[in-house]
Amino acid sequence: MVSDYRIQGEQGEYEVVIGLEVHAQVVSKAKLFSGAATAFGAEPNTQVSLVDAAMPGMLPVPNRECIRQAVRTGMAIEAKINKWSRFDRKNYFYADLPQGYQISQLYHPLVGEGEITVSPDEKNPDKTKTIGVERIHVEQDAGKLMHDQHPTKSYVDLNRSGVALMEIVSKPDMRSPAEAGAYIRKLRSILRYVGSCDGNMEEGSMRADVNVSVRKPGEEFGTRTETKNVNSVRFVMQVIEYEAQRQVEAIENGEAIVQETRLFDPNTGTTRTLRSKEDAHDYRYFPDPDLLPLELDDAFLEECRASLPELPDAKLKRYEDLGISAYNAAVLTAEVETAAWFDRLLATGAEAKDASNWVNSVLPGILNAKDVDFADPRNTPEASAEILAMVAKGEISKGQAKEVFDLYLDEGGSPADIVEKKGMKQTSDTGAIEAKVDEVLAANADKVAEFKAGKEALFGFFVGQTMKAMQGKANPQVVNEILKAKLSS
Amino acid sequence: MSVTLDDVRHIANLARIAMSDEEAAKLLPELNNILGWVEQLGEVDTDGVEPLATVVDMAMRLREDEVTDGNCRDAVLSNAPDAEHGFFAVPKVIE
Repeated sequence: MVSDYRIQGEQGEYEVVIGLEVHAQVVSKAKLFSGAATAFGAEPNTQVSLVDAAMPGMLPVPNRECIRQAVRTGMAIEAKINKWSRFDRKNYFYADLPQGYQISQLYHPLVGEGEITVSPDEKNPDKTKTIGVERIHVEQDAGKLMHDQHPTKSYVDLNRSGVALMEIVSKPDMRSPAEAGAYIRKLRSILRYVGSCDGNMEEGSMRADVNVSVRKPGEEFGTRTETKNVNSVRFVMQVIEYEAQRQVEAIENGEAIVQETRLFDPNTGTTRTLRSKEDAHDYRYFPDPDLLPLELDDAFLEECRASLPELPDAKLKRYEDLGISAYNAAVLTAEVETAAWFDRLLATGAEAKDASNWVNSVLPGILNAKDVDFADPRNTPEASAEILAMVAKGEISKGQAKEVFDLYLDEGGSPADIVEKKGMKQTSDTGAIEAKVDEVLAANADKVAEFKAGKEALFGFFVGQTMKAMQGKANPQVVNEILKAKLSS
Repeated sequence: MSVTLDDVRHIANLARIAMSDEEAAKLLPELNNILGWVEQLGEVDTDGVEPLATVVDMAMRLREDEVTDGNCRDAVLSNAPDAEHGFFAVPKVIE
């Protein structure tokens, strides 16, 4: 799929080139190089070991789980796993970095090239594009600075200092805000399936550095800017829209684009210069002498691979093979919780297509109207399964199915009991329905004649009369079939 | 290889070390002496020799994912020149 997203300048059209560096916090109990806890929201500086505070003589020891999660993530995007990797020091001084350097991996990252297939148009999930991933490396997070607590001082909380991050670096393969948004959403989905990152962007578990440049289609890459620490899909797309427009205007005004780091202001939707290349950091990377090379054996890799769950693409294909539409399958597989819920529904023997329509088109309406969350304990797959089974057997109509679920949310119990108690069960008893159809046709001989003379619209009238005679409890499909047979004879 | 006075000032700035012109001028020949000394290593023929990753011939040990440390705020803050409300307090830094 080729993007046709273009910025219209006065001197022609421009194409946007986007690369993303996503920092994803690894799910682990302890930090990357120390035994301090990682839980979010603790009292300041209570989850800090002497290693995290960079006291002299402290030595880092890598957490196996953090390495394992990064390897599993790499495997989930079909990436090359490097059995030999190494940690480097990235040197800079800042108040949130007690070591004076971040332990990262520049020269020999843990994970090499992989790829992610995305669907930029949510309405047409079949139209996909493959985005290359350059590498994934493991590194330490920094502490947190608070500037608004004191007029002349900044406060430093090191609880986050040393928490493991995966930096997932894409190739400059994206060409529109929609593609970048789809990439982040898909990456987040994969990370949550794998369980290596909780994907909680509000809490900062995932944040992106957005690289943007523009060029006339077919020309060489332009100079790029990097906008740091963007923490939502919507903001990433806004950064791209703003930066692309700004760069085109600058170029057309005869200004050169400066390679620089920029900051996004969510309040205005604009970006501004943080620092230009001239005063860019000089990180003076070198191998960390406190750490040996990281060597992984086949048994470790095998365990990582064996522990991977069914991933979004595989699940989507399986759902489509069951007859579920591409759109429904994409919606069902986007969030790991929804997919797990739907798998439990399928496991009850529910027909896949009916089940997917129920979950995507019917359930949300009922839940929203009652302000009930999808994750609410009442919303079990088993309750939906019972209702779908009754519909499949013709015991209740699709319209009644909604009513039953509505009552079930209010009253609890089991949907089957509710149908029984309220006398909602409709009959598919052909004998009983046939008798009523005969009565209706006999009582309306004139209309039968009109129908046979070509006034086919009267069919609905006969259905209505029969349903009325059955007190609404006849299976409409059976009524239709019997009426059709009788009227054509 | 040698460094200039500007290099010395740049390195000092990266390390956040305040330095007077006299100090920088004094450090210039010292740094160049050190560089010259290290440069003698270039006389060794290292053709075909793999870059050394470590001097100890053992694999790196990993730790299990267990919370075994932390919860020592007083100790962590005890050397800080300034601490308030459980935070390190530093001169205001906003980029």
